[in-house]
Amino acid sequence: MADGTTTVSAPALRGFAPPARRSSLRRFAQRRSTTAVLMCLPLICLIAGLVVYPFFYSIWLSLLNRAMTRFIALFNYRYLLRSDTFQLVIFQSCFFAITAVFFKALIGFILAHVMHNISGKDQKLWRGVLLVPWVIPPALSTLGWWWMISGDYSAINWLLEQVGMHPVAWLASTWWARIWVVAVNVWYGTPFFMIMYLATLKSVPDQLYEAAAIDGATWLQKIRYISLPMLRNIISITVLFSLIVTFANFDIVENLTAGAPANTTHVFATYAFQLGIQSGNIPLGAAVSLFIFPILAIFSVFILRGVGRRAQEGI
Amino acid sequence: MSGAAATAGTFAPRRRRSSIKNERRWALWGSYIALVVFAIGFLIPPYFELITSLKTSQEIGSGKSPWFVHHLYLGNFIEIIRNPQFQTFFLNTVKVTILVVIVTLVIAILAAYSLARMRFFGSTAFATGVFLTYLVPESLLFIPLFKVLSFLHLINSTWCLALIWPTLSVPFCTWIMIGYFSSIPKELDEAAMIDGASHLQMLWKIFIPVAMPGIIAATIFAFTVCWGDFLYPLAYLFTAKQMVLTSGIVSNLIHGDVLDWGHIMAANILASLPPVLIYAFLMDYYIAGLTAGATKG
Amino acid sequence: MAQVTLRRVSKSYDQHVQAVKGIDLEIADEEFVVLVGPSGCGKTTTLRMIAGLEEITGGEITIAGEVVNDVPPRDRDIAMVFQNYALYPHMTVFDNMAFGLKLRKFAKDEIRRRVDEAARILDIGELLARKPKALSGGQRQRVAMGRAIVRHPKVFLFDEPLSNLDAKLRVQMRTEIKKVHQTVRTTTVYVTHDQVEAMTLADRVVVMNRGVIEQVGPPQELYHSPATRFVAGFIGSPAMNFIPCRIQGRGNELTLRLADNLSFPLPPDRTQRYGANTDREMLLGLRPEHLTELKDQAKPNVVRLDSRLDVTEPMGMEILVHFRINGTAVCGRVDPSVRAMAGEILPMSADLNHMHLIDPETDRVI
Repeated sequence: MADGTTTVSAPALRGFAPPARRSSLRRFAQRRSTTAVLMCLPLICLIAGLVVYPFFYSIWLSLLNRAMTRFIALFNYRYLLRSDTFQLVIFQSCFFAITAVFFKALIGFILAHVMHNISGKDQKLWRGVLLVPWVIPPALSTLGWWWMISGDYSAINWLLEQVGMHPVAWLASTWWARIWVVAVNVWYGTPFFMIMYLATLKSVPDQLYEAAAIDGATWLQKIRYISLPMLRNIISITVLFSLIVTFANFDIVENLTAGAPANTTHVFATYAFQLGIQSGNIPLGAAVSLFIFPILAIFSVFILRGVGRRAQEGI
Repeated sequence: MSGAAATAGTFAPRRRRSSIKNERRWALWGSYIALVVFAIGFLIPPYFELITSLKTSQEIGSGKSPWFVHHLYLGNFIEIIRNPQFQTFFLNTVKVTILVVIVTLVIAILAAYSLARMRFFGSTAFATGVFLTYLVPESLLFIPLFKVLSFLHLINSTWCLALIWPTLSVPFCTWIMIGYFSSIPKELDEAAMIDGASHLQMLWKIFIPVAMPGIIAATIFAFTVCWGDFLYPLAYLFTAKQMVLTSGIVSNLIHGDVLDWGHIMAANILASLPPVLIYAFLMDYYIAGLTAGATKG
Repeated sequence: MAQVTLRRVSKSYDQHVQAVKGIDLEIADEEFVVLVGPSGCGKTTTLRMIAGLEEITGGEITIAGEVVNDVPPRDRDIAMVFQNYALYPHMTVFDNMAFGLKLRKFAKDEIRRRVDEAARILDIGELLARKPKALSGGQRQRVAMGRAIVRHPKVFLFDEPLSNLDAKLRVQMRTEIKKVHQTVRTTTVYVTHDQVEAMTLADRVVVMNRGVIEQVGPPQELYHSPATRFVAGFIGSPAMNFIPCRIQGRGNELTLRLADNLSFPLPPDRTQRYGANTDREMLLGLRPEHLTELKDQAKPNVVRLDSRLDVTEPMGMEILVHFRINGTAVCGRVDPSVRAMAGEILPMSADLNHMHLIDPETDRVI
């Protein structure tokens, strides 16, 4: 030691034992983590009792016969995969989720850029207007859509007649019905994408765009070389998240078509509802809704990775 | 000659500046045009609901343009407000939603404080688990939950929603509260610790007031999720006395014989109003909470 | 009021990283001690161990004679001012200062009295009803200090309290802190990385580096007789020049050799001290103020050193000149009246009365 004060007292202290009171500190730390666990306990009970347990119970249920009296192993799954209706459900679920998410992300991306162009005060107003579809409970807004498009005398058909076209039975035709459920879902979900992308766009420093402008970039090049890379992570998070939610969608499909015509617009959730609740075949219904799980499992891993990266980058 | 040089010198930059100005103006005009187009598209369904609710059933049935109100009629709203079934749905929704919001906040705040600040064995893994629970869609679990609820004799009771709605609201609320709590500088708790605050005092007197925007966002989220939920009430509630707004309007008002579309749309608008109003007044909190979900690690 | 003692206090994280390596320090009652050092030197960790915010890995800390190793922060009777002030954003200035007293169940009028007293000392009486958001940086700083003062604690702890302020305000608040200490006379431990702050505020400065104490002493002592190369280089701005050199000769006739054609006789009063270090690679330590323009009248032990200037930096009251001695870049200070131009040769002088000789193997000043 170089200093006067400390070296004077140091030799006298040689052999000075550290106080043997370490244990009380450890007890303090232990009490602290007990409190921490106690504060989490309600949440732990909730997740364990109403999420984790039902999930495993669901797997068990799906292995039983209709009366839930006999274990029939994978018979329900075999039955489902061989049924023509369920093959349609798989196709429609994928078609519905992929097209709807694609258009939601695309329109949300465009709208976010459009909103980013206009000034702050106007932005708030327009943001409020464009967020409306997302705030109305979808089960209720879908009723409005149904009333607008279904039947020969619907408001949409009235417009067609005004321009001299024949009315279309929209929801009675397989592909029109499929397009309409996608359209309603896009209408409902786009604002979410817009808000997420707009928030991220705002965090991109303006200097990047200014530097690009000085380098001679056109607006398309600015999007290609600045917006897209900066938004890549949030785009993947929102797309994966929305794929899960859309895949599992119930409200819109149930209220617009309820699977009609001829089960061609059923998705997993509505089909499981029809089998499990309406027809009372709980094991078969459980098996149908468990088909959502693989998508959930795979995508949530990627979402976690994206969120982790996002937290690291701090954007 | 010097004059000519001066004009050339000043002219060239001015032309360039004006072209940048033009470019900006075009971008702005293009943006506004796009916004108007999308806004019209987005608002057509609510607009259509509104005009339908303001028509008599005669007018709805007539061949006149469905896109305009020819005779303003408020009877649908008056009748639906007086409708005892609608009143039941509304009251049921309000009481369960409020209960669930309170329960959600208590569970989420306690857990978030513990996970953000105190840590225990496995706490980071548990926080990740909470986030994963948020991703689990209700349509994955509604069938086993039907069995669970019938075991508890809660099928066809409004209160079953008080038990299961927290599974929809708590994980996300906990997640955003963890984010808000973590963003409070650690020095603040250290200052409070030196000032002599216990954990509970710290949570009550420092964390909750400071993270108020997060708590408001969580409240809005919990409220809107419960208010708009459709699958659980539709699957577990059968009689009109127990139903909530979403399932009641869809399954009872539509199939009832007395009511027509004017009434249904009026009911629809009244049922959508609370979340729309909340969001109109608290939009900034709402959006902060929405974006926080995917941004706060 | 109290004294604070640290006995072989150490702190390690994960058993590998040792942030503080067994330091000893005695802080007297009413003393103002400043811990200074580069970032990562362990000064903040030391302060936080005194506060009780970090657990102690080894050793013992006493406050007013009582061992506080296991005492939680709230029972140590200390007050701390944080770098980012850590004001409670939802409370008014008054409530911020009163919070600690309220938790300790002080009577209302006693709280009022103490807050008013602190507000008077710090001149923030008009701000009491405001929220921290509505305060400027300097005002927040005062409130943070007020929160410490009202508690009448045994010890004040400051953790780089001025580093978030702009340069001008920092100088002003520095004086303010010193004035407050002279008023309340509470034992104070103050952490900073700014050596000017350390020098101006401290009764005693503790220079830390890599988890150990390099030197403890009053500011002037550290400046004039640094004990190690680190302290010599850390204290003073611009920093001390270190020039490779060699001591040659025997007995009382020692010379300082900087290059083949550049050697000077050592001041006679130094020959005794340096006699044991002849014919070894050593470092000459010379502060810029002792490398200056050649004055007219010769002083003993001031030697001539003509130099070609690389860069000149006019500072107003002086000009900093950069040049080379045998390839080593050095900095000197010359009077602004001297026509110092880059690229030209300027007659310079080195004042060997103020030289330091450093052993590069032990980094100690001889």
